[in-house]
Amino acid sequence: MVLSANDKSNVKAAFGKIGGQADEYGAETLERMFATYPQTKTYFPHFDLSKGSAQIKGHGKKVAAALVEAANNIDDIAGALSKLSDLHAQKLRVDPVNFKLLGQCFLVVVATRNPSLLTPEVHASLDKFLCAVGSVLTAKYR
Amino acid sequence: MTLTQADKAAVVTIWAKVATQADAIGTESLERLFFSYPQTKTYFPHFDLSQGSAQLRGHGSKVMSAIGEAVKNIDDIRRALAKLSELHAYILRVDPVNFKLLSHCILCSVAARYPNDFSPEVHAAWDKFLSSVSSVLTEKYR
Repeated sequence: MVLSANDKSNVKAAFGKIGGQADEYGAETLERMFATYPQTKTYFPHFDLSKGSAQIKGHGKKVAAALVEAANNIDDIAGALSKLSDLHAQKLRVDPVNFKLLGQCFLVVVATRNPSLLTPEVHASLDKFLCAVGSVLTAKYR
Repeated sequence: MTLTQADKAAVVTIWAKVATQADAIGTESLERLFFSYPQTKTYFPHFDLSQGSAQLRGHGSKVMSAIGEAVKNIDDIRRALAKLSELHAYILRVDPVNFKLLSHCILCSVAARYPNDFSPEVHAAWDKFLSSVSSVLTEKYR
């Protein structure tokens, strides 16, 4: 699946609108994911997963930063996230199915915080983008 | 996910054997698919799906032919299966999840017929290869 020129501009525009709130989007995405898909908590035995925890905020920030980085380098997501890709392959080994769940939750956060932003076209572009990011992060697993 | 040189060599080697029974393996894989995952029959309302039916055999043959093409062009599967990719995107629209199921059934058929050749390394290589083929066939969906 390849991102069309339209997809890329939709994604860039979306992240432009999200702007400085990316950190909050990241934290809420994780909260929703842990609440809706409790099995994902398995990767965070060392975290305080209660609502508003500093660790979730911190981690949400990291996740958001990676997504922003990918959006800013949308012509070469693989290059931009190469180190993260190595990390997920060699250390974290998050089951690929979970990237879809995280992506889904991110979309829900965008939908609730910015409903007018998420037209069907932008929704599709963002979903493709998140799939592409997930693919990059699992590309080196084997 | 990219196929390493070792992966490609393993796929090409075992294909040499599989090719001698391609039609039978193709038919068997489809039978396994419809048996274990009855929901996949939804794509074949126009077929006689009884064991050994002419349509099943014909279709199994087509599937294995395509896989053979992909093996022959293992360095550029995308180009080799471009038309098939469009067919699946614009006309067939088989839900992507079903490619995993068919791949799994093909793996089982090959493993059952060539137990001594189906080492863990060969298994992994085949699985990666079939995943690549599946990716190519679902790449133009959106």
